[in-house]
Amino acid sequence: MKNTAAIAWKETKSYFTTPIAYIVSSMFLVLTGIFFVNDITAPFAEASVRGFINWASFFTLFLAPLLTMRLLSEEQKLGTLELLLTAPVRDWEVVVGKYLSALALYVVIMALTLYYVVLLYWFGDPDGGPIYSAYLGVFLHGAAALAVGLMASSLTGNQIVSAAVGTAVLLTLSFIDEVADLVSGVTQNVLLGFSMNNHLLDFRRGIIDTSSVAFYLSIAAVFLFLTVRFLETRRWR
Amino acid sequence: MIELENVTKNFGDFPAVTDISFRVEPGEVLGFLGPNGAGKTTTMKIITGYMPPSSGRVTVAGFDVVSESLTARRHIGYLPETVPLYTDMTVEEYLGFMGTIRGMPRDRIRSRIGDVIDVCRLEEYQSSHISKLSKGFRQRVGIAQAILHEPDVLILDEPTIGIDPIQVVETRQLIKNLAGDHTVIVSTHILPEVSMLCQRVIIIHEGEIVAVDAPENLSTRLRGSERIELEMRAPRDEATRIIESLEDVTGVTAVSPREAEVLSIYVDAVAGSDTRAELASTVVSRGWDLLTLRSTGMTLEEIFLNLTMSEDLETA
Ligand SMILES: Nc1ncnc2c1ncn2[C@@H]1O[C@H](COP(=O)(O)OP(=O)(O)O)[C@@H](O)[C@H]1O
Ligand SMILES: [Mg+2]
Repeated sequence: MKNTAAIAWKETKSYFTTPIAYIVSSMFLVLTGIFFVNDITAPFAEASVRGFINWASFFTLFLAPLLTMRLLSEEQKLGTLELLLTAPVRDWEVVVGKYLSALALYVVIMALTLYYVVLLYWFGDPDGGPIYSAYLGVFLHGAAALAVGLMASSLTGNQIVSAAVGTAVLLTLSFIDEVADLVSGVTQNVLLGFSMNNHLLDFRRGIIDTSSVAFYLSIAAVFLFLTVRFLETRRWR
Repeated sequence: MIELENVTKNFGDFPAVTDISFRVEPGEVLGFLGPNGAGKTTTMKIITGYMPPSSGRVTVAGFDVVSESLTARRHIGYLPETVPLYTDMTVEEYLGFMGTIRGMPRDRIRSRIGDVIDVCRLEEYQSSHISKLSKGFRQRVGIAQAILHEPDVLILDEPTIGIDPIQVVETRQLIKNLAGDHTVIVSTHILPEVSMLCQRVIIIHEGEIVAVDAPENLSTRLRGSERIELEMRAPRDEATRIIESLEDVTGVTAVSPREAEVLSIYVDAVAGSDTRAELASTVVSRGWDLLTLRSTGMTLEEIFLNLTMSEDLETA
């Protein structure tokens, strides 16, 4: 636990001292802001975050790998992974510590978008329920996406490659429901069941489906587990 | 303190280390000598628990580095060959982080950072970013993190590689000073370094141990004989003949020119027989003036060349 906290704290400080986190989070805020304004000012606009949440979850597919790409890739490139893995620290403590720092940053970025919610309440009379559930959905979606991104950064010492791999995996996991439309029966249900997009639908409508919560948490757990395994295989090389 | 039993490591089909066994006693400084690609780094990565051996067993302070890895790791300070450091941190931040992940309490980290900055002579740079430091100073930061938690065992992989000559001298002195408090394994492919630093040397070549001994004994072992350097004022032919006839002497080589006033010869004798006393009394009883009498070790350079060359002949 202390080790996890030490690693999480080190990475959090790193986020604040390197420009990349500032750049990608401002881009994220600008883009989601533009789409939010677009939705709000459209004819027959409704006072909801539905449109914003669509875009936020979409951009998260690119944001998450950019936030996690450094975490394990740089340790491999610098060779510091060798010192980390020969310190009396368990592999999973390294992985979870890094993950938690990325998750904390993601929460901060999402908290900054609450500004839009404030605006909604200022100018309109939104329904609170769907807003809370949508935010929960986006949080879970991000938590899963960051685990995928971290897994990608365990694979290579090259940050760019790590970001590209992470984004590719996330796009596949998200839009697998588009493929589901082409098939039918059991295959269709399985594909829909694995789609990160599909599980977000309920949250947007104000419904918190425990199976969807479980889905996102499982994705996060599976990819964190894979990250630990990939780190272990690093040792063999 | 460190024990390897039949350790083998294969990368795919390639045997990087084959059936290595040795022990390092507490407080000992062991040199690990071998050319590039001999398997030194691989062996050290196995001892530090970074990679598991393909077969065999390693214990550090009595703990198996695979099955009791975390406990074993607490006893080890490690300086990898590449000196990995977080370049965006300051020296102090880096040492603080390394102390924390080694489970040191906060106030102990603080006092030990002071100590190691002192020992490694980093006072001027403690608040500098590591990215700004020269290679030699980075090496010292690497050593500082290795000794920070006062480990029983220090594993230093080629600690003087790639730094300038003055810093090489300083780094060697630093390692010498550390020797008393730690059991040390230091690898090198530089021969004089090992006789400077180590009480015992293991020579490794193509993944196998080819010799283990004190640096000064290796020469005798290799030759199977001892060589004594003798200088005296004596008739050349008579002296050579008489000394050659002594029991343990296997050969005499005259070094000085024929017309020289002082006769200088090399006497080769059976390994382990100390013929110096006998030589001295022989010379004196003949009424010759004895000027010099001492045993010479073959330099490690020569041994090393010999060892690797004979290996090469076998594989050729
Ligand atoms: N990860 C690896 N994969 C494949 N071969 C390796 C790996 N690491 C080392 N080797 C090979 O193992 C041999 C020993 O390497 P190493 O232990 O680094 O030698 P040294 O440190 O004595 O120079 C070399 O031939 C090297 O090419
Ligand atoms: Mg090496």
